Amino acid sequence: MDFLRRGFLTLGLLAGFAVGAPVHADPQSIVVASTTSTEQSGLFKHVLPLFRDKTGIEVKVVALGTGQALDAARRGDADVVLVHDRPAEDKFVAEGFAKARQDVMYNDFVVVGPASDPAGIKGADVQTAFRKLAETKSPFVSRGDRSGTHSAELRAWKEAGIDLAAVKGDWYRDVGQGMGPALNTASALNAYILSDRGTWLSFKNRGELTILVQGDPRLFNPYGVMLVNPEKHPNVKVKEGQAFIDWLVSPEGQTAIANYKIGGEALFFPSAGKANK
Amino acid sequence: MTETFHETLIRLWSLDRDVVAIAWLSLRVSLTAVGIGLALGVPLGALVAVARFPGRDALVALLNAFMGLPPVIVGLVLYLVLSRSGPLGSFGLLFTPGAMIAAQAVLATPLVAALSRQVVADAEAHLGEQLRSLRLSAPRRAMVLIFDARFSLVTTALAAFGRAISEIGAVLVVGGNIDGHTRTMTTAISLETQKGDLSLALALGIVLMGLVVAVNAVAAFLRSHAARAYG
Repeated sequence: MDFLRRGFLTLGLLAGFAVGAPVHADPQSIVVASTTSTEQSGLFKHVLPLFRDKTGIEVKVVALGTGQALDAARRGDADVVLVHDRPAEDKFVAEGFAKARQDVMYNDFVVVGPASDPAGIKGADVQTAFRKLAETKSPFVSRGDRSGTHSAELRAWKEAGIDLAAVKGDWYRDVGQGMGPALNTASALNAYILSDRGTWLSFKNRGELTILVQGDPRLFNPYGVMLVNPEKHPNVKVKEGQAFIDWLVSPEGQTAIANYKIGGEALFFPSAGKANK
Repeated sequence: MTETFHETLIRLWSLDRDVVAIAWLSLRVSLTAVGIGLALGVPLGALVAVARFPGRDALVALLNAFMGLPPVIVGLVLYLVLSRSGPLGSFGLLFTPGAMIAAQAVLATPLVAALSRQVVADAEAHLGEQLRSLRLSAPRRAMVLIFDARFSLVTTALAAFGRAISEIGAVLVVGGNIDGHTRTMTTAISLETQKGDLSLALALGIVLMGLVVAVNAVAAFLRSHAARAYG
């Protein structure tokens, strides 16, 4: 039957389409599970080409919340993790999924809210600000996604002496999404939100939102990098993964991170080799 | 609002090579998935239409229900299967275009099967008696009816393509939205929306709509051309 022959021809072509088009099963590539803040702030787009030009290693970044990124690495779906939730990172090392954690860089969190600031938190320290937000039941958007920023927010409530479960209400919006969507929601609701500075600086849909609280030492936000332990997952590309980590913490990588700026403002500050505690 | 649209038009002009690469990947993944969906779904749907066997009604109902398979569930299940810790983990398919093709093929196949079952059943209403009088086996009858209904099946292919290229739930989970590797039109639009760059997101959306319209136009042209030549 002629049409059958033609049918198979089409299918053959389609199969060729799928296989022939380069998928680049390049051995010189690694998967890095990282956070939405590093991806959405544009940092990777700035530093990864520099690393690739030097080493020929392609870095594929999967941007997830810190909790999810660590889980993906636990399943063996990443070679390297670059995240920002120190207690969760230490747990990851303690479980044996990584042999060591290294400091890479830090930035800080900022409390963002409507410029009119109905809760009156502008310029306050974090504890006072969060206490006021809870007292006035001002609209607040929470990431709610087990990300590093979500963990930091939960710590902030706790340190302000607020029992979130008890005071939670309509004012507390748990969106369960990345930093960008959460900021979009806050912008639409004119709500308060805790954001990392990098994502905030690169965020374009700000509406009336502005930074109200910053500079409190409690808002320090360190990022750590870890190679997934090959004894747990033999498929981990140790050589390439370690090369990436070594480059990140080298003077060259650290300079690349420091040089990433938006509107003249640096988003991340290198911290490799400084007090690894 | 009007400002966003104005900016969108400017952004549309300045879209770069990256966008071409992303659009090409989207097309490649979705067309391949539809190809697989057609290869599996059309024969399955046609056989279900012509054959009589116990449990057939239940199978038809199941196929129809699977047309509404939620992409994010398909993505999640496939993620667990393709993960290094999953049963097919050793192939290292997770976070590759191959995984995205597999996910969209899973979405496309039941849709193709259910729609082509209907198309072939309608064709059988016209020709069934003659075919049965020829004492052809069910697979032979299915083949003849597929051939008879081949132009109607183009619409089935287009419906499957529309479902594949527009979904984001599955490709996001199994592809990982990796820049330059598994970023498709839909995941790119979602990312730009998340970054609050709404005009760029909208510009990408217009490109995606253009792609879909172009594929449909090509299909309509081929169909009318073929109908004149062989109809």
